[in-house]
Amino acid sequence: MQTLDLIQEARRQAGICNACRYCEGYCSVFPSMHAGRAFSDGDIVQLANLCHNCRGCYYACQYTAPHEFDLNLPAALAEVRRDSWESFAWPQLLARRFHTHGGAVALVSVLGFALILWAIRGLGGNGDGFYATLSHTAMVAIFVPAFLLPSVSIGIGLRRYWRSVGGQRVRLSHLMTAFGKAVRMKDLAAGHGEGCNFEDEDRFSHARRYAHQAILYGFLLCFASTSAGTAMHYGFDLHAPYGFWSLPKLLGVPGGILLTIGCGWMAVLKRQSDPALGDVRAWGGEKAFVLLLGFAGLSGLLLYGLGQTPLMPALLALHLGAVLAFFLLTPFTKMAHGFYRSAALIRDAQRIDTADRKN
Amino acid sequence: MTERYDIAVIGGGNAALSAAMTAAEAGARVLILETAPKAYRGGNSRHTRNFRCMHRGPLGPLIDDYTEEEYLADLLQVTGGKTDEQLARLAIRTSKDCLSWMQDRGVRFQPPLSGTLSLARTNAFFMGGGKSLVNAYYRTAAKLGVDVLYEAAVTHLELQGDRIARVDYTHRSEGHSLSPKAVVVASGGFQADIDWLTRAWGPAAQNFLIRGTPYNRGAVLADLLDQGVESIGDADQCHAVAIDGRAPKYDGGIVTRLDCVPFSIVVNNNAERFYDEGEDVWPKRYAIWGRLVAAQPDQVGHAIIDAKSINLFMPSVFPPIKAGSLEDLAGKMGLRADKLRATVEKFNAACGDTSAFHPTELDGVATTGLNPPKTNWARPIAEPPFYGYSLRTGVTFTYLGLKVDDRAQCRTAEGPIQNLWAAGETMAGSILGQGYLAGFGMTVGTVFGRIAGAEAAKHADP
Ligand SMILES: Cc1cc2nc3c(=O)[nH]c(=O)nc-3n(C[C@H](O)[C@H](O)[C@H](O)COP(=O)(O)OP(=O)(O)OC[C@H]3O[C@@H](n4cnc5c(N)ncnc54)[C@H](O)[C@@H]3O)c2cc1C
Ligand code: SF4
Ligand code: SF4
Repeated sequence: MQTLDLIQEARRQAGICNACRYCEGYCSVFPSMHAGRAFSDGDIVQLANLCHNCRGCYYACQYTAPHEFDLNLPAALAEVRRDSWESFAWPQLLARRFHTHGGAVALVSVLGFALILWAIRGLGGNGDGFYATLSHTAMVAIFVPAFLLPSVSIGIGLRRYWRSVGGQRVRLSHLMTAFGKAVRMKDLAAGHGEGCNFEDEDRFSHARRYAHQAILYGFLLCFASTSAGTAMHYGFDLHAPYGFWSLPKLLGVPGGILLTIGCGWMAVLKRQSDPALGDVRAWGGEKAFVLLLGFAGLSGLLLYGLGQTPLMPALLALHLGAVLAFFLLTPFTKMAHGFYRSAALIRDAQRIDTADRKN
Repeated sequence: MTERYDIAVIGGGNAALSAAMTAAEAGARVLILETAPKAYRGGNSRHTRNFRCMHRGPLGPLIDDYTEEEYLADLLQVTGGKTDEQLARLAIRTSKDCLSWMQDRGVRFQPPLSGTLSLARTNAFFMGGGKSLVNAYYRTAAKLGVDVLYEAAVTHLELQGDRIARVDYTHRSEGHSLSPKAVVVASGGFQADIDWLTRAWGPAAQNFLIRGTPYNRGAVLADLLDQGVESIGDADQCHAVAIDGRAPKYDGGIVTRLDCVPFSIVVNNNAERFYDEGEDVWPKRYAIWGRLVAAQPDQVGHAIIDAKSINLFMPSVFPPIKAGSLEDLAGKMGLRADKLRATVEKFNAACGDTSAFHPTELDGVATTGLNPPKTNWARPIAEPPFYGYSLRTGVTFTYLGLKVDDRAQCRTAEGPIQNLWAAGETMAGSILGQGYLAGFGMTVGTVFGRIAGAEAAKHADP
């Protein structure tokens, strides 16, 4: 379906919800929806990015198929959401390749492995530990652009998003409200604090919330570990390899474990859930992305564990290749959701703030 | 199969589930026979949003107090005194404990929905609405070992002397019977049987829309009344409201509600007004417009609004018909243009000073010298674009039901039936003779479902 059809379908369903309002307590989507009577395209995109696909409103809905109103708000919003990420992404050439194509994600991963292998062969190493296999300079030459390019791309995408939803100048209070929600994953607990309706129809459960938290905090710890390593390398002239009691390892090992467990758990939950309540077409792409992220975590752990064995060069290529693919794909895969959801929460904080001022 | 169950509960809505859980908690082996398929389980209960609950001091989502006396006074007012005070007090007092009983069985509450703040003190709203309540109860019932048979339509209860000897039902178009020790009937009213409605109401009923489930056809009710089980209420008493004329024939639910009447003029197919649209605030007049519209030619009304009022009420699910002139609007709504213009002009000429207009209060902005008058919110219909909604009669439920006592037990002229209880809409007429108070249907179902379940379990295992 085309963007406008997807938005139109979500608008049709939002019109029904707005006349009903029974789900108001579940999440941030409904209060935002019920604040207006008519929905612009930007409003629908904002609602879509506020939704985290908990499915509470589907199982609670008296109008789901076979009823002629055919409500399936989680799916309608998921499709608009993915389509919005695709339409905001830069460069457009890559935008519509990965969300809906698990194979493309796998292909980029393989290319990542190949590139690292080639670098190992071609550039070689000249230091201790991993740097004996791939020199520090070579790693920097590969990973600095691989980090900066996606960052620029995400920045451009977010700016386009902000314009489309009518965002205003951001104040500190908006950020506090928004990130307060994100950190606690308040919405993932649902309005009554009992979680999502994900892996077992209408049963409320925290499994998805906890799996997601493991992924988020695992990822952040891994990221912090790399940052600590960078700071130690350049700031303090302390070079890898680091021992277990060093900052990079103390952050990285638990981070890797959390990330691996979280991604594995999420993949299982996804398999148990009903695909028809999400973005059916993005099913494969999302799955591939979760597996890639989990693999990045797992290969990092293996590398740490088996770093002294002859397997090391191969594991290094796999790990760095996965991380490389992950970074490059960030703007074009499910990973983008973290950025857009944060932006949506900030926008919602602005809406509430403006409404409060009026009263 | 026949001997496995102590109790058969007929129906799959709030009253049935309340009875089934209570009986199973008391140790009884319970079977629910629900005529709807799983996707449509839960009857009218799946369409509800709240229940009315007595309380002293804040309770759950409820604020302040709502005392027994105030609750009873509200009931007496809406029923014009036609209330069984003893049963009403029983329902009211028990409602106080229902909230935590419901929470213990998985129901979650939320603050009053936007646009319903006036109910914050009296009505507790289910998070996600009635279908999520029903889902929670089915999960709890399953944990308690209650079995559920969907697409199982009960066709006959065999009354022998003072006992129900057999329950006949069809499942996937095959006939079956069972003989449980006790039976609870919780299968709602008969409003979805249009033929029965037509017999009671006359041909006008053919044009009624049914707001809730198509499965409440009164099969068990009719069967029991035929065998001399005592009834209460009249067949032509029903709760009917004016809803959007484009609503589906069945199951349109809450979203087809229209709140525009106080800000409109309402005309019939002859483009003539027929009632004071501004008589009182809408929640208090909501329920009389079903009957008013039912009395008009073809059982339709047309609400006409202009641009200045279109945002003053909750949106409904269908967008209004919109036109740049009254003539165009008349054309689109199938009304005679000259007659509509004449009616609007006559109305506009009768409007006076509108400076005191206040959308949420009785503002006394009235017409003068007009018949029927509009006694509040009377502002000329003059600012294009003009908007129109068609109105039809939407039946919520019927009142004719089984007469029960304070133990929810059914009876014949000879006395109580030893093993038959009833709960919910199917016996609500025992408490209310007419009229309705928002949220009382779920209270009656919960209170009497629990009583019926406990009594049936006691009987099954003395
Ligand atoms: C749109 C709408 C909104 C409402 N909102 C509210 C509200 O907010 N608060 C409130 O208190 N009330 C509300 N009501 C009224 C409320 O729905 C009823 O009072 C209440 O649900 C009755 O519960 P019940 O269990 O008796 O009947 P139901 O919930 O209707 O259950 C009857 C069950 O019996 C089954 N059944 C019927 N015939 C047979 C048969 N022959 N064999 C087997 N099974 C059978 C049906 O499939 C159904 O499952 C609303 C009604 C409607 C239509
Ligand atoms: S999802 Fe269904 S029940 Fe929930 S608000 Fe929308 S229409 Fe109402
Ligand atoms: S799926 Fe969950 S988050 Fe999305 S709109 Fe429904 S209740 Fe809200």
